[in-house]
Amino acid sequence: MEIIKPAVQFLAVMLLSPLLLGVINRVKAFFAGRRGQPLMQLYFELFKLFQKTPVYSRTTTWVFRAGPVIGVSAMVTALAILPFAGRPSFLAFDGDFIFLIYLLGLARFATVLAALDTGSAFEGMGASREMQFAVFSEPAFFLGLAALARATGQSSLAGMFGVLTGDLWRTAAPVLALLTASFFIVLLAENSRVPADDPNTHLELTMIHEVMVLDHSGPELAYILYGAALKLWFFGSLIACMVLPRHSGSWASDSGLFLLAMFVVAAAVGVTESVLARLRLTKVPYMLITAFAFSALALIFQVGR
Amino acid sequence: MALVLLSFVILLLSALLALCLNRNTHRAQDAGAYGAVSASIAGLIPAVKVLLSGTSETLSLPWPVPLGSFSLTLDPLSAFFLIPVFVLTGLSAVYGVDYLKGYSGRKPLGLAWASFNVLTAAMMLVFTAANAVLFMLGWELMAAASFLLVLFEHEKPQSRRAAFIYLAAGGTGALMLLAVFALLGANSSALDFSSFAAPTRAAASAVFLLALCGFGLKAGFIPLHVWLPEAHPAAPSHVSAVMSGVMIKTGIYGLIRILGYLRPWEAWWGWTLLVLGAVSCLVGVLFALAQHDLKRVLAYSSIENIGIILLALGLGIIGVTHSAYPLAALAFAGALLHVFNHSLFKGLLFMGAGAVLHGAGTAEFEALGGLSKRMPRTALLFLAGAAAACALPPFNGFAGEFLIYLGAFRGLNSSAPVALAGVLAGLSLASAGAVAAAAFTRAGGCTFLGEPRTPRAAGAHEAGGLMLFSMYALASLCLAAGLLSPLLLVPLSRAVGAGFGGIYGAGSGQEAAAPLIYISAGALLLLAMVALAFAKRRSLFPVARAASEVPTWDCGYAAPTPRMQYGASSFAQPLTDFFQPVLRKIGQYPVLSEYFPGKASFSAEAQAVFYNSFYTPAASRIRDLAYRFSWLQHGRLQIYIMYIVVSLMGLLLWKL
Repeated sequence: MEIIKPAVQFLAVMLLSPLLLGVINRVKAFFAGRRGQPLMQLYFELFKLFQKTPVYSRTTTWVFRAGPVIGVSAMVTALAILPFAGRPSFLAFDGDFIFLIYLLGLARFATVLAALDTGSAFEGMGASREMQFAVFSEPAFFLGLAALARATGQSSLAGMFGVLTGDLWRTAAPVLALLTASFFIVLLAENSRVPADDPNTHLELTMIHEVMVLDHSGPELAYILYGAALKLWFFGSLIACMVLPRHSGSWASDSGLFLLAMFVVAAAVGVTESVLARLRLTKVPYMLITAFAFSALALIFQVGR
Repeated sequence: MALVLLSFVILLLSALLALCLNRNTHRAQDAGAYGAVSASIAGLIPAVKVLLSGTSETLSLPWPVPLGSFSLTLDPLSAFFLIPVFVLTGLSAVYGVDYLKGYSGRKPLGLAWASFNVLTAAMMLVFTAANAVLFMLGWELMAAASFLLVLFEHEKPQSRRAAFIYLAAGGTGALMLLAVFALLGANSSALDFSSFAAPTRAAASAVFLLALCGFGLKAGFIPLHVWLPEAHPAAPSHVSAVMSGVMIKTGIYGLIRILGYLRPWEAWWGWTLLVLGAVSCLVGVLFALAQHDLKRVLAYSSIENIGIILLALGLGIIGVTHSAYPLAALAFAGALLHVFNHSLFKGLLFMGAGAVLHGAGTAEFEALGGLSKRMPRTALLFLAGAAAACALPPFNGFAGEFLIYLGAFRGLNSSAPVALAGVLAGLSLASAGAVAAAAFTRAGGCTFLGEPRTPRAAGAHEAGGLMLFSMYALASLCLAAGLLSPLLLVPLSRAVGAGFGGIYGAGSGQEAAAPLIYISAGALLLLAMVALAFAKRRSLFPVARAASEVPTWDCGYAAPTPRMQYGASSFAQPLTDFFQPVLRKIGQYPVLSEYFPGKASFSAEAQAVFYNSFYTPAASRIRDLAYRFSWLQHGRLQIYIMYIVVSLMGLLLWKL
C-alpha cells in the first residue's frame, strides 16, 4: 500500500506544477489591471512545443542537446525524493536534502554548459550570472536547512517537516519565521523571479535565466519550461510545509490543504513580483546575502534556545 | 607481501632499463610503461586482499642502517591509499606512451620513465614503510623523482622556477619530518613505528604542529600550497595526474599515521585542521576560478580537495574529543572516501587537460574553444570528470562529501562546539561546491564549447587511442564508484579502523551503510530519468520534420564571430570582482580618450597572493640573515673538512 500514496503524490506534482506559473501570471495580471493568460497557458505551450521541430545552431554539439534532458531529469528525480505535505515520497533518507541540493546543482551545471555551447555572448553572460547567484544562494539555502535540522532534531526532509507542528511554531516562532523568509528569497532568486530576474524579458541585458535558453527550441524548450515549473514546485513546497504545520493524520485532508497552500505561495510570489521592482544586477548578491543572514540568525537563535 | 616486493623490484628494474635505453626512445617508453603497468597489477592484488580480509601483512629484510630496518607493513590503511596509486600510475603509464610520443627525439624519455617508475616505487615505500628511516628514504626519493619530472621541460623558465620552489618546499618539509620522528622515537633504540611511544602532552602538541607543517608542505593546503600550482602544471600531464591524484595524499597519510601515535587528541588540533581545511577549500577554489590555464585550474582544485579532506579530519577529531562518535566515524570515512574519489576524477581531469595540450598545443582558455567538435571523446570524458569534481551525482565525487555533510549534521544536534564545527564544515563544503561548479563550467565551457578562439584551437585533433583508453577507464571508474558506493563500504570501514581506531571503523560501517545505499538508489533513479527523458524527447508527441541547423541566434545579429563569445575572464568576472579582497587581481584597462578609439587591450590576472606577500619577503629576510654568515663559506674543501672534524670533536666531548 505504501507505494500507492507516493505514486499518487508524485503524479499530482508532475501534473500540477505548471499550474503554479499560471497562478502567478494571473495574480500579476490582476495587479496590472489586465485579464491575463489562461491559467492553463503553460500546458498549452508545452503541448505546442513538444510537437515542434527543434532548430539547432551549427556551433552546438551534444552538450547543447543534453542540457535540457539532464536538467529536467534532475528535477524529476528531486521531486521523487521531496516530501509531499510533510510525508515521505519514494525515497526519504538521512541527509536527503543534501542530495537534493546537489541535484539542483547538476541541473544548473547542465544548463550552463548547454548555454556556453552556443558560443553566444548573450548566453555566456546569462551563464556567468547564474553561476554567480548560485554561489550566494546555495550557502543561504544550506544554512537554512541546517537551522531547520537543528530546530527539529531531524536529518531528513520528511522527518523535519513531519515534526514541524504548531507546537514548534509556538516555541520557536522567530527561528521558523526567519527561515521562511530566507527560503522565500532563495525561491525568488532560484526561479528567476522579480526582483532577482525577470521571467518575461528576452532582450534585456539584466536577465539571467531566460537568456541562457535563447537557442533552445521545440521539445527541448518544453523540457526547460517544464523543469522550471518543477523547480518552482520544489521551493514552493518547502515554504508551504514551513507555514502549514498542521497534520490532521488524514492523508486526503492534509494533501488537499497542502495543495491549497502551494497555490497561496504561488499567489504570494505573484504579489511580490507585482509590488517590487527588479533590483539592479549588482544588488542581487546583497539580497541573497540577506537570505544568508536570515538563515544564520535563525541558526544562532536556535543554538541559543 | 611477496607480490608487493615483486612490484617494487619490477619498478626499479624497469626504471634502470629505461635509463639504459635512454637513446632508443621507443624501447625506453616500452620498458617504462610495461614495467609500471605490470608492477601496478602485481601490487593491486595484495592491496585488495588486505582490504577484503582485513588482516595486515608484514615483511622484514636485513638492512644495515643505523636506527633503520627494512620492515614493511601493509595494513588496511596503507592498502586503501595504495590502490589509487596502482590504478592511477598504471593508467597514467598507458596514457604517457601516447602523450610522450611527440617529445621523442627532443627529450630523454628514458630519464622521464625512470623517474616515473621510481616515483611510483617511492610512493609504495612511503605507504608501506614501518620504520622512520625507511619512510624518509621513500619520502626523499619521491621528492627527487618528482623534481626531475617537473623539470621535464627545463628549457622553459617557468618550469625551472616551479622545480626550484618545489625543491625548497620539499626540503623544508623533510626537515620538519626529521624533527617529528626524532621526537617520537626519542625513547626507543630503533625508529620502528611500532616502538613509538606516546609523548608527553606538550611534546605531543609540538609533534602535531611539526607533522602538520611537514606533511602539509606535501599535501599542499593553504598557506603551504605555493609550490603546488607551479609544479603540477609544469610536469607532463600524466605525471600531473599522478602528482595531484595520489602523491599529495602522502601528506594526508603521514598525518593520519602520526596522529595515531599522539593519542589522546586535543580539541584544538581538530579546530586547527578544520579551519585550515575550510580556508583551503574556499580560497583554493576561488583561485581556481581566477586562473587562465586549464592545468592551473586543476592544480588549485587539488588544493580545494585537500582542504575538504583536511576539514573532514578536523571535524572527526573534534567529534572524538567531544565523544560524538557517529560524527567522528562519518567524518573519517568521508575523508578517506574523498581521498579515493579525488584520485580518480583528478587523474581523469589532468589527462583530459593533457589531451587538450596535446591536441591543440595550448591549455590557455583565451586561445581555446570549440574543441568538443574536434575532440568529442575527450570533451565527454573531461565534462564527466568536471561533474565528478563538482560532487554532482551520479559521479563519485558526491559520495565522500555526502558522508562529511552527514557527519556535520549528526553534530548539529549535540553540544554547541560540535554543532559549530558541523555548521562550519557543512557551510564551507556548500560554498566551495557552488564556486567549484562555476570554476568547472568555466573551464569546460571555455575549452570545449562554443567556437574556437584561435586557428590553433580550430585545428585541434583528438587524443590517441592509449590516451583515450586511460581516460575511458578512469571515467568508468568515476561513474561506477558513484553508483556502487555501498560496495566500497567494507574496505572503507577497514581502512578507517586501521587509521583511527576500531570503533570508528565499525561505526563508519554502521552509520554510512544506509545513506550510501540511498544515494546509490537516487543516482540510479537519476540515470533512469535521463534515459527516459532522452528517449521520449522526440516521441512524446509526433514530430513531423527533422531538426534543422542554423547559425546561433544572437538576438538578431547575423554575423557573430568567435571573438564575441563570452571569454573565461568575463565569465568569472562577477565573482572574481566580488572576491577581489582575497584574489587581488591586477588588471590593465583601456583608457578611451577619443571619439573613435583605436586598438585597445585588456588584461586581468589573479596574483599569487601568498607567494608575493608572504613567502617572497620571508625568503629575502632569510637570505639577508644567511649573508651575515657568508664568512663561513670559502669554497675550500680543507676548511669544510675542518668544520666536520671540529663538530665531531665537539660531539665527542659533549658525550664524554
